[in-house]
Amino acid sequence: MEHAQQSALQDVTRRKFMVSTAAAGGGLALGLQLPFGAAPAAAQSAAAADEINLWVVVKPDDTCVIRIARAEMGQGTLTGLAQLVAEELECDWKKVATEQITPGQNLARKRAWGDMSTSGSRGIRQSHDYVRSGGAAARMMLMQAAASEWGVPVGELTVANGVISHAASRRRTSFGRVAAAAAKLTPPDPKTITLKPIKEWKIAGKPLRRIDNTRGKLDGSQIYAMDVRLPGMLHATVKQCPVFGGRLASFDAAKVTGMPGVRKVFAISPTTVAVVADTWWRAKKAMDALPIVWDEGPHAKVNSASIDAHLRTGLTSDDAFADINTGDAIKAIAAAPRKVEAVYSLPFTAHTTMEPMNCTVRLTADRAELWIPTQSAEASMAVLSSSSGLPLDKCEVYALNLGGGFGRRIGSQDVVRQGVAIAKEFPGVPVKMLWTREEDQAHGLYRPIAMARMTAGVDEQGNLAGMHIRVSGQSINAFANPAAIKDGRDRRQLQGLWDTLEGDAQIGYTHPNLRTEYAMRNTHLPVGPWRGVNTNQNGIFLECFMDEAAKLANRDPLEFRRVLMRERPKHLGVLNAAAEKAGWGKPLPKGVFRGIAQFMGYGSYSAAVAEVSVSAKGEVKVHRMVFALDCGNVVNPDQTAAQIEGSVAYGMTTLLGEISVDAGRVVETNFHNFPVMKVKEMPKVEVVLPLTGDFWGGVGEPTICVVVPAILNAIFAATGKPVRSLPLSKQGLTLI
Amino acid sequence: MFQLNINGRVHKVDVEPDTPLLWVIREQVGLTGTKYGCGVAQCGACSIHYNGEVMRSCVLPVSAVKPTDRIVTIEGLARDASHPVQRAWAELDVAQCGFCQSGQIMAAAALLRKKSRPTDGDIDEAMTNICRCGTYHRIRAAIHRAAGNRSAAAEADNNNATA
Repeated sequence: MEHAQQSALQDVTRRKFMVSTAAAGGGLALGLQLPFGAAPAAAQSAAAADEINLWVVVKPDDTCVIRIARAEMGQGTLTGLAQLVAEELECDWKKVATEQITPGQNLARKRAWGDMSTSGSRGIRQSHDYVRSGGAAARMMLMQAAASEWGVPVGELTVANGVISHAASRRRTSFGRVAAAAAKLTPPDPKTITLKPIKEWKIAGKPLRRIDNTRGKLDGSQIYAMDVRLPGMLHATVKQCPVFGGRLASFDAAKVTGMPGVRKVFAISPTTVAVVADTWWRAKKAMDALPIVWDEGPHAKVNSASIDAHLRTGLTSDDAFADINTGDAIKAIAAAPRKVEAVYSLPFTAHTTMEPMNCTVRLTADRAELWIPTQSAEASMAVLSSSSGLPLDKCEVYALNLGGGFGRRIGSQDVVRQGVAIAKEFPGVPVKMLWTREEDQAHGLYRPIAMARMTAGVDEQGNLAGMHIRVSGQSINAFANPAAIKDGRDRRQLQGLWDTLEGDAQIGYTHPNLRTEYAMRNTHLPVGPWRGVNTNQNGIFLECFMDEAAKLANRDPLEFRRVLMRERPKHLGVLNAAAEKAGWGKPLPKGVFRGIAQFMGYGSYSAAVAEVSVSAKGEVKVHRMVFALDCGNVVNPDQTAAQIEGSVAYGMTTLLGEISVDAGRVVETNFHNFPVMKVKEMPKVEVVLPLTGDFWGGVGEPTICVVVPAILNAIFAATGKPVRSLPLSKQGLTLI
Repeated sequence: MFQLNINGRVHKVDVEPDTPLLWVIREQVGLTGTKYGCGVAQCGACSIHYNGEVMRSCVLPVSAVKPTDRIVTIEGLARDASHPVQRAWAELDVAQCGFCQSGQIMAAAALLRKKSRPTDGDIDEAMTNICRCGTYHRIRAAIHRAAGNRSAAAEADNNNATA
């Protein structure tokens, strides 16, 4: 089965930039066809008078404006990046403000700010070095300006909190007073910049409050893209064929064009109809009343049962490739005195960002403007340009802070194409397009559906004799970025089960007889990255089955794992740290059971212990979760804790609901049938950060992959029955 | 034409009677702190105070609102974001993306008006708003803090990451 949601034209555009968004380190330049790398000369020529360098602007009142190139969607990257710059700048944190640069500015300066895309937990781990260098260079220039003014060697000066001092002459000045002179200086040779040792950090590494949690998030004044208001603005909503691969057959616009406020009812693509009105509510009401006939296409009879059967063929088929193939796992398992085989099955799920998909577009003959919540403003601009037909230098994107991203707002940029198609009908008039929640649920880029057949043998001594992992399921790359699949081996679907030492999602166990395989089984649903991506499914497969194998071996799950982790000290480090903090092995209140899990993703090592009780009626209560995360270095421990807390809620929601398919379309249309976790179900969360300091890992995504397996293992401990499919309702269990 | 009292000011709006109060607030009155999240009273992003009670404005038709009804939105909750709930939200850095937080804050403020010292059970029952960033842990702690429940606040807040 192949997705057929996009027209051929759209496909060309999407592939072009998806190739780039999926490339390591971003590499959006492919989509934008721009050279990589900084261009300091051009950058300086376009500089504002108070700009010290790319990253730092100092105002006469000593305010230090720190430029941010990555998107802020709640994950706290903006605060972390500002802390890193401020640390090297030696400014007064109380006088720091931030400024988001636009892709147009980045383009005008030959992408001097580097990659703007924000996904894969890369915001800090892949920009910490150059933003710190930017802060250090600005500090050196400010100090040089003071030294020149006083006619003393710069080496005699000291700096702290934005104040430069010369002890010998008892002179002091502030950043604001020397900023204008500093801005005219030649930037220091990068080779002369020495970053501070991390142990000397005073601003970075500290649990500072978020710099973006200003009044706007308390009194409603923060403007999200959904709130943008422009003079003369019109409002639009769209409806796409509910069956992926189907098309618009006909619609009766005359039935609704007379409704209040309605301006235009028209097809914007072979699959999509739009209504434009003077208010969004009127557009939505007209859309609800619009008679539409769909040509539902080739997938109209697909349902969850047929998809399930399709994936099941991949559990035993001979079309899989083996990734890890150490020793002979199949033979070792066959020869083992005790064996266990289990089939795990995980459904599609949706991002369901709180802010539904939207954007505002204004097109004139020589200008295209876009207001959008996006994880990649540069990808948004590439699509703005290709859909509007205007070259990039006539495009600009105003990326507003997102009302949630989680991977939905990175790849496809579907709303940009739609927004442009609508705005083309209203030259010079800004049009805001907002999807209903129902549209958002029905047209997601879902977390891929996946199954696994897990087989293990245990020897006479209770040690693992071999393990065989066969994953069958949908491929993100096959949908979004086929070029990333090399020689038919889509290793991305085995994320977290990789063996390469340089990988950022390496399996935590070594064994003489270990085999991992993937059989691709695609469906007609569009799929994409979903916070944690494939580490979610693979974490459940591996870590839950590890508990099944431990039980077969009659071993404690922690002890059983430790034996297999001798060659994985960082994985073992977080496992031990979580176990210690949670008091593994110590008595618990009656009826409460523990489960443990570890996994690696996004360059970081995670482990969790869950404390869970299960009532006779099958009510599951998660009382407490303890996490250990080794992300190498941490920029803000409190925001790191916040990300871990958030990963608990996002992960636990998959215990409650799923995206299922009937008659070719998504069944779960809103929160009434796509339940999302609330305050009541939220456990107590504790965090320990056993940092090893010799690398930089991600924070936003790593821990989600241990949330669910730790809980499911605790349920297994409580009931003796492994949980092999989700949501919990499939096991007769309910989360309370 | 409908007459509404929103944040102590009278507004006259010319809309169809079935227009939800949410969209009147957002599109006619121009207060965008109250959010659209689901349109079916499930997520709570549109929560306002309606005669002192928390109410999901996305399913309340404007025709059901009397001129004498007192509507308070997030913008009118307190001057300078000084409500104890807003202060606690700031102190504990509750918000992540922040999109749902107007509704969360309005629900929490309404809870505290009814129960000045809510228990965890009261919070579970009253706080049914959805947050996809998963700020629930801090929402609970911040409500206890706003209520002055020192021991409960300390208990709920005891998750500080340690290296």
